[in-house]
Amino acid sequence: MPLNTILITLLLLLVFSYFIGKGRAIAVSTTKSNGRRNLHSLPSYYGYMVALWTVIPAIAILVIWTIFETQIVSSLTFSSLPAELQQEGQSSFGLLLNEVKNAVQSGQVDSFTDPVKIAAAERYESVRSISLLAKTVVVLGVALVCLYLGWRYIKPETQARNKVESIARWAMILCASIAILTTVGIVFSVIFESVLFFKSVSITEFLFGTKWSPQTSIRADQAGSSGAFGAVPLFVGTLLISLIALIIAVPLGLMSAIYLSEYASSRFRSFAKPTLEILAGIPTVVYGFFAALTVAPFIRNLGESLGLTVASESALAAGLVMGIMIIPFVSSLSDDVINAVPQSLRDGSFGMGATKSETIKQVVIPAALPGIIGGVLLAASRAIGETMIVVMAAGLSANLTFNPLEAVTTVTVQIVTLLTGDQEFDSPKTLAAFALGLGLFLITLLLNVIALHVIRKYREQYD
Amino acid sequence: MSTEIADKNRDEFDIEILNTVGKPFIDKPEDIKMATRDCDVFYGDKQAIFGVDLDIGKNEIIAMIGPSGCGKSTYLRALNRMNDTIEICRVSGSLTLDGQDIYSKKQDPVLLRARVGMVFQKPNPFPKSIYDNVAYGARLHGLVSNKADLDDLVEASLTKAGLFKEVKDNLQKPGTGLSGGQQQRLCIARTIAVDPEVILMDEPTSALDPIATAIIEELMDELRHNYTIAIVTHSMQQAARISQRTAYFHLGKLVEVNATNDVFTNPEHQLTENYITGRFG
Repeated sequence: MPLNTILITLLLLLVFSYFIGKGRAIAVSTTKSNGRRNLHSLPSYYGYMVALWTVIPAIAILVIWTIFETQIVSSLTFSSLPAELQQEGQSSFGLLLNEVKNAVQSGQVDSFTDPVKIAAAERYESVRSISLLAKTVVVLGVALVCLYLGWRYIKPETQARNKVESIARWAMILCASIAILTTVGIVFSVIFESVLFFKSVSITEFLFGTKWSPQTSIRADQAGSSGAFGAVPLFVGTLLISLIALIIAVPLGLMSAIYLSEYASSRFRSFAKPTLEILAGIPTVVYGFFAALTVAPFIRNLGESLGLTVASESALAAGLVMGIMIIPFVSSLSDDVINAVPQSLRDGSFGMGATKSETIKQVVIPAALPGIIGGVLLAASRAIGETMIVVMAAGLSANLTFNPLEAVTTVTVQIVTLLTGDQEFDSPKTLAAFALGLGLFLITLLLNVIALHVIRKYREQYD
Repeated sequence: MSTEIADKNRDEFDIEILNTVGKPFIDKPEDIKMATRDCDVFYGDKQAIFGVDLDIGKNEIIAMIGPSGCGKSTYLRALNRMNDTIEICRVSGSLTLDGQDIYSKKQDPVLLRARVGMVFQKPNPFPKSIYDNVAYGARLHGLVSNKADLDDLVEASLTKAGLFKEVKDNLQKPGTGLSGGQQQRLCIARTIAVDPEVILMDEPTSALDPIATAIIEELMDELRHNYTIAIVTHSMQQAARISQRTAYFHLGKLVEVNATNDVFTNPEHQLTENYITGRFG
């Protein structure tokens, strides 16, 4: 039985065992004098319990079997090969195995002329079909045995609801740990690759070097130098653009949040808030060409009419557009937390003769501050991690400058250009991307820690 | 038993409220602090208050009692235009403070609320320190010019509210950390600090235990010498203990106003009698 047939069978067993369990529970309860009151749980919980017990062990076996199947099948095929071929080692065997597999799957074994290949193909096919058969028997067997055991287990005093709930709890723990483990895995892989990078480039050069030119020579005789990996211009560029974006987004977002939550009529609010949130749904690439084709030329022309030299790809253009993009992060979150401030606090302030603006400035905003900082921080990490707008509007030249009218580049843009080249994957050029990623990760982590500290210290807690 | 309940309900709904009985008006004009004539309050299309005529005298505590939903809180909030913050709320009729119309276009509601302060049912200290809570109004209205005066004002207000001794070493601690009774006294201190002429209290002790309630009732009796107090309460004992006059509201109408003693010993209106004898409400 192929894999999907096994899965469908298990699914049918799941439904079947639910009804078996439920029916059994009703049957055992009604033999007693006062009927279903005797049951510890509702009958459907017995159904869920039996169904889960039937399927979970079977699925676990199926998953483990499938993971190790390929390896076991190929090593069994390998051991059947003639001795002289085995001595050629794993790499040529890998090639042979791939050839055999493809032939078996497309039904073209007849095209082989080499007797070794024909033998290997036969051997491979027989091992594979044995494994599949064994898998089917074991998985379905386990499912049926579990179904029977579960059925036997049902008695009026069986605490089925508690068992189902504990399975559900474990399922949730599993989901939560998958998210955490993925994060940990990403961090470790980035750290691991970064360590490789720092073997060829010193940490001090990376952290304090002011020249970024990651072109390394592929061949020894090639012109074009060994490259320079000073990341300072990239981080300065990132911070410059993020700062411009925040200078745009924080006042605009906060003011619109205050207007929407405190002044606007509910009709206007129900229309304006979703509209503002659409800004967050526009793909960043659209923002990117808006920045490159509309905003950047406009800024350059404006600058030239004022007698300033403005690069056609300026940090200002990218920052401005990025600022517009992150407005909804600030406004929407701030709006929510401002709305969450209890009306009783506003009433208290009004009741003492405070005006609306005094109430907002002195009572509402301080009470909502932790949430507002959270929103700003989310916007900041979004700005720091943003790539597309900067690729299109800010350019690739790694200038070390604080002048927003010049072209700069950012960490994320460089990561993109480093990894889209056709370099070897263990060259310093590609590994540098991981070091940059690690640096970016540390910066956002630091921002979060600072923000948590600020929130804890200045929080004005209302109950 | 069941016929008795039916009778009681018929009592409640069959008795028509034609005119306010008792003494809603004060004879000497110089004793009147606030006055309302034909005051209606609407929430959208729904009318919550029907033509209330009532005088509130200087330096008196007037208690407003009545079953839930009878409109006594709505009426109280009309007296300092707190209802303005509710979009759909509309007030009509004549409401005056010292003879001046408080709903006229010339009257700034913000300045009105500085003269007619309010204490709420649930203590609502700001999430600030005790000191800043009391100093809040004084700072807003620029009542003091320097730090020393502000310190004095904070101390005086907390002392009047009977809270100073308990908190004098913790003035910089958050006001939200106090107990419920202390929080309500902090809110009263905060209101006094603005030096209003009238204090409106909307069930100020309903969230408090009997001891904290007793402290606040005692405090109100002292405050009466300097302020006019209008209090909404669900506790008839409280109304009887602290007020000079009592107003009984029913279904948005003012049924009876009289000296508190008369209301509780010799009610004129059948509905008032039903309510104070505990037949409904």
